[in-house]
Amino acid sequence: MDPMIRLILAQGMLGLNNGVFYAMLSLGLAVIFGLLNVVNFAHGALYMLGAFLALILYSNLGPWLGLDALHIGFWPALVLAPLMVAGFGMLIERFLLRRLYKLDPIYSLLLTFGITLVLQGVFINFFNASGTPYPGMPDSLKGVVNLGFMMFPKYRLFVIVFSIIVCFGTWFIIERTHIGARLRAGTENPELVKAFGINVPLMVMLTFGFGTGLAGLAGVLAAPIYSVSPLMGANLIIVIFAVVVIGGMGSILGAVVTGFSLGLIEGITKVFYAPASNTVIFLLMVIVLLVRPQGLFGKHG
Amino acid sequence: MTDIAEFEAETAPETMKRGRVVQGIMWALLIAAVLIAPALLYPVFAMQLLCFALFAVAFNLLIGFTGLLSFGHAAFFGGAAYIAGHVLKVWGFPPILGILTGTLFAAALGWLVGLLAIRRQGIYFAMITLALAQIVYFFALQMPFTGGEDGLQGIPRGYLLGMIDLSQPLNMYYFVAAVFLIGFAVIYRVVHSPFGQVLQAIRENEPRALSLGYNVDRFKLLAFVLSAGLAGLAGSTKALVFQFASLTDAHWQMSGEVILMTLLGGMGTIFGPVVGAVIVVALQHMLSGIGSWVQVVIGGTFIACVLLFRRGIVGEIARMLKVGGWL
Repeated sequence: MDPMIRLILAQGMLGLNNGVFYAMLSLGLAVIFGLLNVVNFAHGALYMLGAFLALILYSNLGPWLGLDALHIGFWPALVLAPLMVAGFGMLIERFLLRRLYKLDPIYSLLLTFGITLVLQGVFINFFNASGTPYPGMPDSLKGVVNLGFMMFPKYRLFVIVFSIIVCFGTWFIIERTHIGARLRAGTENPELVKAFGINVPLMVMLTFGFGTGLAGLAGVLAAPIYSVSPLMGANLIIVIFAVVVIGGMGSILGAVVTGFSLGLIEGITKVFYAPASNTVIFLLMVIVLLVRPQGLFGKHG
Repeated sequence: MTDIAEFEAETAPETMKRGRVVQGIMWALLIAAVLIAPALLYPVFAMQLLCFALFAVAFNLLIGFTGLLSFGHAAFFGGAAYIAGHVLKVWGFPPILGILTGTLFAAALGWLVGLLAIRRQGIYFAMITLALAQIVYFFALQMPFTGGEDGLQGIPRGYLLGMIDLSQPLNMYYFVAAVFLIGFAVIYRVVHSPFGQVLQAIRENEPRALSLGYNVDRFKLLAFVLSAGLAGLAGSTKALVFQFASLTDAHWQMSGEVILMTLLGGMGTIFGPVVGAVIVVALQHMLSGIGSWVQVVIGGTFIACVLLFRRGIVGEIARMLKVGGWL
């Protein structure tokens, strides 16, 4: 195979790997925005929280309890950490965000910005700001797979496949099931849905929990790849915002497709001009704003 | 959002009279505080307060008087600091010309960013400005002249008009004080001009302003350019004071801090952002010993302001004195 093509494919795969996180996070953001009209700035911080919970479950919980041999591994963490993040998210919704629904949405953005600073500050204080590696990668996912054009880490391949399933599942629930139909109805006309006897505030809380749970899940998936650091979500959330502006927040599938493709584009940019790779998404956002301001998948707005 | 009764109360003769008096007192207090500050505080700290106060006042022109939340103002503040620093240090510009160059750069950058951001409204506007500011941040990190992680160091203060030595702390202080007062007066003038009235009409009800025949996008863009330019004035001046431009100035966290200053002091009040800036900077100064807990305190203040205290300090005072719109 031509080495150039090989290089593009390899960087493309690595880019797709970042795209996983763009897709999952912008998906959660879109789900939350769709029902609550809230832009959750804390999404990056909750992703960071998910990664730290996985790390804590593996490395710190045992010593804290005096059981040095206790390590709660990757698979249990993949279930537990997102649930904990979702629970935390629901507390935020129930006790803080709920007071702001009648106001301009910028207030909920500012509130979640404040939550971001608090979470970051707390974790910087207790953990190494430059990052801690996650030691709990399961043995079954160690090693590499031969893709023909490159040797690709088995774990990363698992992350790509797993997240595609999660994204598709989310799309299916929201667009194709009764629960999803109620959610969408609640977005359109909450008063009417309430009149049908559906507990809309509860639904809103659960939706926020679900969206933040997705961020937590992405965090657990990220832990074995990147080092777990208090600032891992901060820079990501800004990229996610650009992804969301490019895709338009109106559509679930749009968020997922945009996320994966931008990861891919970012990866391929590395082949041609590496210094541009961290700005290429922002530059694409500029182009989209000029050509199609409502976003690629956005309805008019 | 102002209803008729409230409007009538605000424009009643006795309110107008009281408003004028209270506003006069605030002006007197502000000028007196600016003049005597170096007797009470370290000059560098006092200058830092003034630079951030000007930054917050400039930011408030958008959020407070036009209803646009820019989450990228650090790009103008920090970007101007780098440009001013470069022309002062490498090109040997005199101080005033250096500061003006930084200010013009920020205004031009504001024009570009504004042009793109006003294509979307509300919450998208905030996200777009944040993302565009991140481009500026990466430029500040990667361009050859910025000094990367170390920042741009060793900016000379020089001589004002070729005569006054700005390396003397008091000379420098009164120069910064003059810059601040000029910037503040410009904002005050803008807010109270017919142009400023249109901006407030856009804040209150954009579709109505549009249907009254105002070219809303042009007004928004001009407000954005003005705000960015004045934020740049603050940033350039800060670079001259501290003699360096750093990545912190261009970081998104700085954009967040200026929002907090404005929110805490009172969005849409004239004097609020100054009060907010003084409190936030002083708080950071006092808490510098507790490391990253400062961030927790700042975040907590944010949450408290949004939930409990949306009028801000000066906004609450104005409400208690029943002089809404005068402070």
